[in-house]
Amino acid sequence: MTRRSSFAAGARDTLPMVIGAAPFGVIFGTLVAAGPLAAWQGQLMSLSVYAGSSQFIALGLVAGHAGLAVIWLTTLIVNLRHALYAATLLPHVAHLPARWRWTLGFFLTDETFAVMAGYYARHPRAPLGHWYFLGSCLSMYANWQFWTLVGLLFGAAFPQLQSLGLDFAMVATFIAIVVPQLASLSNFAAAVAAGAVAYLGQDVPYKLGLMAAVVAGVAVGMALQRWRSGGLEAGRREEEAA
Amino acid sequence: MTNTVMILGMAAVTVFVKAALFVLGDRVVFPPLLKQALGFVPVTVLTAIIVPMILSPNGEGLELTWRNPQLVGALAAVLACVVTGKQLLTIAVALGVFFAWQLGVLA
Repeated sequence: MTRRSSFAAGARDTLPMVIGAAPFGVIFGTLVAAGPLAAWQGQLMSLSVYAGSSQFIALGLVAGHAGLAVIWLTTLIVNLRHALYAATLLPHVAHLPARWRWTLGFFLTDETFAVMAGYYARHPRAPLGHWYFLGSCLSMYANWQFWTLVGLLFGAAFPQLQSLGLDFAMVATFIAIVVPQLASLSNFAAAVAAGAVAYLGQDVPYKLGLMAAVVAGVAVGMALQRWRSGGLEAGRREEEAA
Repeated sequence: MTNTVMILGMAAVTVFVKAALFVLGDRVVFPPLLKQALGFVPVTVLTAIIVPMILSPNGEGLELTWRNPQLVGALAAVLACVVTGKQLLTIAVALGVFFAWQLGVLA
């Protein structure tokens, strides 16, 4: 593995995410073109904020004449899950120089987190893992900028883009990452709990249903892990006593 | 002007949320219980993101039917992943089934 091949592998493994996110980039650009923001401000949002769901929500809030404080607070809440991603990936990046940690932090998204969680599960000690990380980040970022621009310029030419279901590429990739991890009972139960709460809470605003699902899943997983290890310890004590 | 300030403020908030922990790096020490909890984040958050997309792709209630291509494609993906254990093959099978279903069976 060289830096270049690691970077290329990260970009390649993010390809299904790139396909899945493309229609949302176009739709975002189209909505900007139809709304109160200038086109360059829409592109500036994709370039500097770079967090799809909060970008969509902000457009709605601007159209509804919400105040700055409301928009910023909403952005904070909607993007809170990224802090969870950073905390999870931190052990793999903490040793890097500061410029790397700023860069990888800025580019963190749902999609890149998914790719990196799968990657570090397979290669927990890859010395060039940050190059793979960067490859995933930059392909996702370039993709988002490109499709935002296409939406701004030609949005009207893509009616019913959502009905193509290209976002299923993302679903398929997430399944390929999650299923191998379901072999342990605690992970399986955590996923079932998270999926159930996410389904029930999908209409809760600010993506808080997603956060509730993660909290519920983690709680179930930890409870089961503790109960099982407690059971094992009790079993050992009984064996020792006998 | 206000909109540009709004966008740059959103960017500042988002960069802070995303990068703060990375930037602190080694200075952040998680207690063992929190480390254990973070171990469950990938499997829970990824499942939580996709389950609503699979079960109610149109946001209009539960679609547990063979006419839901997301559901059929997702089942094919799970099956391919369990049988082969290969990531790329899983994605290819899932996309193949999904588009065949959407363009062939349901069209």
